[in-house]
Amino acid sequence: MKRYLPFVIVTLVALATIGSGAMLYRAKRPHVSAIPEDKTLSAKSDAQSPHIRGNPDAPVTLEEYGDFQCPPCGMFATFLGQLEKEYDSRLRVVFRNFPLKVHEHAREAALAAEAAGLQGRFWEMHDVLYREQETWSKAPNTRELFESYAGTIGLDLDKFKKDMDSEQASARVEADRQRGDALGIQTTPTMFINNQPVDPKDRNPDGIRAEINAALQKKSQT
Amino acid sequence: MTVSRFRTIIYVVAAIVSLAGLADATYLSVQALTGETLGCGGSPDCFRVLGSSYARIGGIPVALFGVLAYFSAFTFATFAAFGYGRARTFLIPTIGAMFLGTLWLLYVQAFLLHAYCRYCLFSAATTFLLAGLVIALPPGRDRSAS
Repeated sequence: MKRYLPFVIVTLVALATIGSGAMLYRAKRPHVSAIPEDKTLSAKSDAQSPHIRGNPDAPVTLEEYGDFQCPPCGMFATFLGQLEKEYDSRLRVVFRNFPLKVHEHAREAALAAEAAGLQGRFWEMHDVLYREQETWSKAPNTRELFESYAGTIGLDLDKFKKDMDSEQASARVEADRQRGDALGIQTTPTMFINNQPVDPKDRNPDGIRAEINAALQKKSQT
Repeated sequence: MTVSRFRTIIYVVAAIVSLAGLADATYLSVQALTGETLGCGGSPDCFRVLGSSYARIGGIPVALFGVLAYFSAFTFATFAAFGYGRARTFLIPTIGAMFLGTLWLLYVQAFLLHAYCRYCLFSAATTFLLAGLVIALPPGRDRSAS
């Protein structure tokens, strides 16, 4: 009997590893749901107009839930610029704020972007925040840096400072965050292509291009 | 305590340590397979390490190789503890390869990524412990069970 015991132990450990791995995989797999009909961009329930870049009538919409302090979001922003050039009028991009608690300055950055948005320069601030992410993420004087970025993109500085502390900017960030929570979002960047969540495994240039192409093909068939 | 008994104790400890490493590597593999390491949500340093290009070899998560390595170490240590003499012959090179792999991964974290993932550090600690146990093994051949 003792002779066979190691075989039994090793087999049991192998089964336990596979079983617990599978259970963990099921539990950890993100359960992001598709954007429901009543919450799509065309639905009237979206009280605050989202930040949209590109052709408003584009057949494909890429909606991103992003955190300005999250490095993968920064890398994704660079890639998004390439995608916008590549797909031109066939793609429109929507950005929603989803500042994560693990990032100390993410909420403040989201407020800065919203404050810029109140002067019609959301995307300019979005681009600067991602471009300079490494600088302001580690800086002790984040607020001063945001104000200097506001000056660089030609904002009215007094209004920007006031708007950053305004209820309006805060409410917008909170509304996006709640919308993301309702969809089951836990990590950033989380993307939706024509209201369908992009699988985490496809969150890479090839995967996203393939999803956009599939969405374009689907649209052309309907 | 006889040399043979001392060896058996070392093999049992090595098997238990391998189990801890196996659990850690399984957790990391699941994280990589669910895509959790590609985005922000957990520890910033962890995703910097696990989301980097060094965390995959030919598209396969390095953690999966870790699962294979720890399971092999566990298997060989268990068989050696039960007196299978040939298991020791496989256990030593397996742990040697794991030790070298761990050194490379520590170098990547310290000098290339400038970030440490606590799960990877735990794995490094278990591998170093395994290497220490193997070094502590008294020389000579194990008594064969068969």
